[in-house]
Amino acid sequence: MMSDRSEQPNHPRRRFLGIAASVAVAPGLMLFNRAGAKPPDQAVSSKNRWGMLVDTTKCADGCQACVEACHKENGISSRGRPTTDPQWIRAVTLRDRETRRETHLPLMCQHCEHPPCVDVCPTGASFRRADGIVLVDRHTCIGCRYCMMACPYKARSFVHENLHDQLPRNPRGKGCVESCTFCVHRVDEGNLTPACAEACEKDGHRALVFGDLKDPNSDLYKLLTEIGARQLRQDLGLNTGVRYHGV
Amino acid sequence: MNHLPNLLRVGLLLAAGWLAALVAGCSAPASPQFPKGRGDQCVEPLDVIRRAHMHFLIHQRDETMHEGIRTKKHSLKHCIECHASKDDKGNWVSVNAPGQFCESCHRYAAVSMDCFGCHATKPEKQPLRRVEK
Repeated sequence: MMSDRSEQPNHPRRRFLGIAASVAVAPGLMLFNRAGAKPPDQAVSSKNRWGMLVDTTKCADGCQACVEACHKENGISSRGRPTTDPQWIRAVTLRDRETRRETHLPLMCQHCEHPPCVDVCPTGASFRRADGIVLVDRHTCIGCRYCMMACPYKARSFVHENLHDQLPRNPRGKGCVESCTFCVHRVDEGNLTPACAEACEKDGHRALVFGDLKDPNSDLYKLLTEIGARQLRQDLGLNTGVRYHGV
Repeated sequence: MNHLPNLLRVGLLLAAGWLAALVAGCSAPASPQFPKGRGDQCVEPLDVIRRAHMHFLIHQRDETMHEGIRTKKHSLKHCIECHASKDDKGNWVSVNAPGQFCESCHRYAAVSMDCFGCHATKPEKQPLRRVEK
């Protein structure tokens, strides 16, 4: 039933935004669509949908490369308080109760097509970009944390304490919710390798592949058709942008 | 005036002196002083940017956040790249530190800023760059 839902967001508000965005970017689209890069003055469009494949058969036990790279890239530091320190990506181990088989995987914002965090946000701070990246607009976030309760993946964190020395590429502060952005500052520059995937590749695992779910020529699309992958909690019908192979 | 008590005469004199001092003190306070930015000129004419920088910033903010438009002209990050200064040791000084670019004018105008609860107050890159149009 859920698979019949359209690729486009189904709320009128989102549809309006999508149309507005695609009208705004129509000229020159052909030049930049395939490569994924866009000129800085053009809006993102629903021609792309960014996603990621996690090949759990390649994800190594005990490896924290993606977690460390993400937190370094986005200026997230631990205060030694595990219950409240922000986590944009977590290394998770699943164990089958019958066979004891263990699966290791990174868990982050799944960048849903129908994100529950966006549905519950009372201020519109939680939103989905036309290209499928789910973000928090901290300018309108009031820190109510409804989105954290709504997210089935526990992907979001709340910043509890005053921060200093934030990075220019990732403004963040006390009182707001935050989560994985697919390294949106890189995507907008045309760099289609988020910090986590870059670190994973550097360590020789290649368990994370980022790309355009709508581009049949992308590495991501090819891998998804070749080796197959599923969504976590596919039953919820959220059509996640992050797909897992081997779970 | 002879029938006035001495105490009142002293009081009147003091009041006159106080008024004179007040009028003298009412001349315009010194304009805010801050370090000069890099580059030859701002991205907008000075009278425009001084009055309307907040509108440029808020417009750019929404476009960047929601549409991924990352032009440099009106971005806060780019403002800071030109207007942050360095101390004697060559380290960046925050633009909201006392006497610096943002703080000096905002103190003068008694307008508080929310930007720097989240946004970086120093450029990330060490090499100095000129304004790109």
